[in-house]
Amino acid sequence: MAVHTSQSVAKAAGDDVARGRSRGTGNPPPPSRLRRALSTHWYAWTMVAPVVVVIGVIIGYPLVRGIYLSMTDANERNVERSIGVNHSPATYKFVGLDNYTEALTGNQFLGTLGWTLVWTVSCVAITFSLGMALANILNRRIAGRSAYRMALILPWAIPGFVSVFAWRFLYNEDRGLLNKILSGGGIDGIPWLNDPTWAKFAVIAVNVWLGVPFMMVALLGGLQSIPSEQYEAAEMDGATAWQRFRHITLPGLRPVSTTVILLSTIWTFNMFPVIYLLTRGGPGEATQILVTQAYKFSFEISPRDFAQSSTWGVLILVLLMIFAAVYRRVLRTQGDDW
Amino acid sequence: MTTAPATTVPATSARHSARKVRLRGERSPIASVGLHLTLIVASVIAVFPVLWVLLTSLKPAAYATTTDFFKETTFENYTNLIQNTKFLTWFGNSLLIAGLTTLLGVIISASTGYAVSRFRFPGKRGLMWTLLITQMFPVAVLIVPIYNIMAGMGLLNQPAGLVITYLTISVPFCAWMMKGFFDTIPREIDESGQVDGLTPFGTFWRLILPLAKPGLAVTAFYSFITAWGEVAYASAFMVGEDNLTLAGGLQLFVNQYGAQWGPMTAASVLIAIPAALVFLFAQRHLVTGMSAGAVKG
Repeated sequence: MAVHTSQSVAKAAGDDVARGRSRGTGNPPPPSRLRRALSTHWYAWTMVAPVVVVIGVIIGYPLVRGIYLSMTDANERNVERSIGVNHSPATYKFVGLDNYTEALTGNQFLGTLGWTLVWTVSCVAITFSLGMALANILNRRIAGRSAYRMALILPWAIPGFVSVFAWRFLYNEDRGLLNKILSGGGIDGIPWLNDPTWAKFAVIAVNVWLGVPFMMVALLGGLQSIPSEQYEAAEMDGATAWQRFRHITLPGLRPVSTTVILLSTIWTFNMFPVIYLLTRGGPGEATQILVTQAYKFSFEISPRDFAQSSTWGVLILVLLMIFAAVYRRVLRTQGDDW
Repeated sequence: MTTAPATTVPATSARHSARKVRLRGERSPIASVGLHLTLIVASVIAVFPVLWVLLTSLKPAAYATTTDFFKETTFENYTNLIQNTKFLTWFGNSLLIAGLTTLLGVIISASTGYAVSRFRFPGKRGLMWTLLITQMFPVAVLIVPIYNIMAGMGLLNQPAGLVITYLTISVPFCAWMMKGFFDTIPREIDESGQVDGLTPFGTFWRLILPLAKPGLAVTAFYSFITAWGEVAYASAFMVGEDNLTLAGGLQLFVNQYGAQWGPMTAASVLIAIPAALVFLFAQRHLVTGMSAGAVKG
């Protein structure tokens, strides 16, 4: 066994070419092939096993189950449950794609989707522009740089729900600081969270506030990895600051910015805490995004509507996967190896 | 090229500053003032809400909504919070859950990241894709089935249930980040370990992990913050005042009948402190970490 192990070690240490060859030549009959694979890869598999198990149990099974639930009429009244000693079995039934047709033809889903798109696009665009601007400033030689950096990263260090409550405190219509300042200036208080339009503005502002530090740090890391020779060469050729930004900084940041835009689009699309804690989706349903609405279906209305909640969840997932695929394809046609 | 070792970053920035010396002459005083003004405005916006909560927590609860910066500074909100609410219980719950998530998350994502970075094995591509796609899963599609599973296993209202759930959020991202980190550590180090007779696990544990400390710090930070600040699962899985985490507990102070701003601001400050400490510890590595790991992954 010890010999076996050290063999595998030697194999693992070899470069990819060597391993590729050993894989190519090793094509014996099935049983011994499995054993060979096991003896070659057992340590790699051992190391990834915890992740595979956790993902399989906590994401794989729930996902399959969620997809199944979305094709039933499950709700609080007909799922399996126990009240005291009474145990009632599940009585919900399979309804095929009815939930999906209902969601896609009704107004509620499409309306919520529309606002979710506005929310995502504006949040990502504003966050990215601000993060880019600040990263560029911080990348210069400027007095007090690290102090500024610490201050600007602060919103990231504070747990999201705490910051959201802090903002709720500032937004409070009668007593919040923002309105007190406005009334000090002789302006009527603004119903920040009670008027549909202002509430939309307010949730976007808070999400931007929360998201800028991540963008800034990621883009700053990207800026520092652009070789300074490129800038020097451009200066020799007499390029203006704007031209340097346009033709060196932006292309140099491409790998970083494509990744952070993709990630932050996904995160913003699914941003639960900001909406849930700031407005609970209100006033009315004005700021409800898809995720909070789906959560509401399964935990806040009575009877809890598990089927509809799952349907929305699956639709969210499908939308995001389409987005990621299209995004990747667009990048690829532009010649990015991603 | 895409995996420029993290160690070259200081070197590049040094060269940067050399270049900036020349550029500095080109920046007019007005531009400097403008830059500083922008940064000051941005910093104030970033810091103010947090600072305001801190200041409010030090005022007597009756004056919580006054606009004065200081008013009869007192710690009564804090004593009140600790003596009359279950705050310490919630704090303990959160600390336990976040601590366990961090510990397990770091171990799991480091070993996964290492395996994905160093070995070529069947199922590797599939695993990488799964880790990436997992990020897209909305809470909404998983929460009901996970709730049912946890109920079936008797893990509702148990810290273990939330820890397992949080691992599914933090591990995929962290594993990608750790892979990026391990990619920057030369393979020759692994090989030298094997020459000296270490097993793959020994190499990983005794040679590579110590070198990947910045990556581990970033991973730990991310796991901790994820668990410390998560709201949706915590609100759904934990009920009863004794089982709440901080995210759930804080919601009790704000309801539709009004808000108790006094204890709430005090609680916010106490919640923010551990997070900020973890952050201070990790932030040194954050820029390098983000660029080496997540971004170039």
